Amino acid sequence: MDAPAPASSDAEGIARTRMRRHQFLYNLGRAARTPRGKIGLVLAGFVVLVAVIGPFVAPDSSSAFITIPYSQPSAANLLGADTLGRDVLSRVLSGGWQLILMALAATAFGVIVGGIAGVSAAYLRGKPDGFIMRTVDVILAFPQLVFALLLVSIIGPKVWIIVLAVGISHAPQVARVLRSATLDISERDFVKAVELEGVSPSRVMAREILPNLVTPLTVESGLRLTYSIVIMAGLSFLGFGIPPPAPTWGFMISENLIGLSSNIWGVAAPAILIALLTIGTNTFTDAVARVSIGIEAREQLPLLAPDIGIVAS
Amino acid sequence: MATIVAPVTPTTSTVREGEPHPIRALILSRVALGLITIVAVSIIIFWATEVLPGNAASAILGHDATPTRLHALELQMGLDKGIYSQYWTWISGVFTGKLGVSLASGLPVWSTVSPRLVDSAVLVALAGAIGTVIGVALGAYAALRKDKLLDHVFSVVALAVTSLPEFVIAIILIILFATVVSHLLPAVSLLPPGTYPWNSPKDMVLPVATLVIVIVPYLYRMMRAAMIEALESDYVEMARLKGLSQWRIVLVHALPNAVAPTIQVIGLNFLYLAGGIVIVENVFNYPGIGTGLVNAVSSRDIPVIQLIVIILAGFYVFVNILTDVIALLASPRRRLPR
Repeated sequence: MDAPAPASSDAEGIARTRMRRHQFLYNLGRAARTPRGKIGLVLAGFVVLVAVIGPFVAPDSSSAFITIPYSQPSAANLLGADTLGRDVLSRVLSGGWQLILMALAATAFGVIVGGIAGVSAAYLRGKPDGFIMRTVDVILAFPQLVFALLLVSIIGPKVWIIVLAVGISHAPQVARVLRSATLDISERDFVKAVELEGVSPSRVMAREILPNLVTPLTVESGLRLTYSIVIMAGLSFLGFGIPPPAPTWGFMISENLIGLSSNIWGVAAPAILIALLTIGTNTFTDAVARVSIGIEAREQLPLLAPDIGIVAS
Repeated sequence: MATIVAPVTPTTSTVREGEPHPIRALILSRVALGLITIVAVSIIIFWATEVLPGNAASAILGHDATPTRLHALELQMGLDKGIYSQYWTWISGVFTGKLGVSLASGLPVWSTVSPRLVDSAVLVALAGAIGTVIGVALGAYAALRKDKLLDHVFSVVALAVTSLPEFVIAIILIILFATVVSHLLPAVSLLPPGTYPWNSPKDMVLPVATLVIVIVPYLYRMMRAAMIEALESDYVEMARLKGLSQWRIVLVHALPNAVAPTIQVIGLNFLYLAGGIVIVENVFNYPGIGTGLVNAVSSRDIPVIQLIVIILAGFYVFVNILTDVIALLASPRRRLPR
């Protein structure tokens, strides 16, 4: 009884982990088969495709001055020219991949840091909980965009600092959501059982609790990805993204805004792509939430976790 | 769920005389926690901006400053004193208005920021108030027409709008009302900083409209869910059986009970607005603290950045406390100790 017990619980743990990994893909797969999921996937997929393939198929250099500023669309320049007479189509095609990569990196960073903080706070209780949640309160006192602006003003608009700033500003919300989910799970019998076996807290959190957080983690990651895109694009709209002349969708909008009535595409093309991307990721996340939590539960989400229903800027 | 009077609960009966009422204790601890947070935030803002290479004096004088002039200015600005004393000078300056001069304009920091603060406050108050009324009304209406076509249309539109960045919404409005489609409204505000928005109400329409469109969907969703719950409750059933008119049932019985759970979302909307104005003000060149912050970050105008960020963070903490306290007072369930 003594010897095989840990082994069998280990095997069970692994089996459970595997099952949960399946559950992650299963959730995504089921979401992708719902009408909402399909729409979200198609929209986001289209924009990602444009961003990834775009740089290779762009007809002109994104920084060459080729025609009169704000000239109308023509056969040579399908979307016309921008504020400096550069080809809008080429700039749109080349200016998306950084946004998507940076948003993914910031989301991953925020979800990992916030997840570790939230799970540890709930499971360890006591002083770690107090310390983590007070830190969360302090970061939450800054609007996300303002937090990022503060860091950028200190260190300068560098790619890593933008990713770091947006990631850290996500962490508190992720921590809050996962903390409340962990509080429920850590009271369950299977957790109590392995605790009695003398398994270390970090092992319990990684092997027993984490696999049961797949659903909130998936939904949270999706929401954070949408917000990352919104904030990153917003930062570059304000002029604190990747510095020009590199094309970025956010900055294209602000630099071409004065010429809106001469050539609408300098503003509209990047704005449409950003909009399709965020609508796509948000709609797909909504579909995931619906299949994994239940349709009516989605309506109740703001009640359960007030801060996940709001685009935090 | 949303009765205003607290039921007598076992926990309240254990309160001994002389001890504060549990709800007062909860509110006091929430306020104390908020104050500690804002002190921590102010230390972080101050410390972070002090890490910058070079100090404020060298930033004012530029690279070709002679060491003597630099030293003289450092003495004048109190930069030779210890970091604690500098922090104290700054934090007391936030309250007394003595914050030195803006590095970009040379004008006193407080007088550069205060007119912008008024402009932003007007923007936030207008957008918050209009958004709250529209959100509550739309949510209640959708709940009455649950599962009809209009309800589905509203939900899809709400989902799409919640995914849009504010500047995309602003640009759609500019295209529709200020440039390509029609020229009803100005695309950018031409108000110089220091003039107030009510001198030119037309300049306010699009910024306010953008923020309203951003905040309405959250409130709409919450209100719709709460209203559906209220309409299915026993007391509404009772009112129906008594033969009350539909209007009376909705406005007098269901609506007040459905509004209570939305208080938190209204609070969240105001929190959003504190950050949302940064983007929206910049799109429309509205002379508030959002454009002030971005200008200050561009020119690394540290005293102005410090003041605007502490104002925004203070507002955030204040709204958080206020929302929690109101939610605490409005829902008896939450009064029990966790």
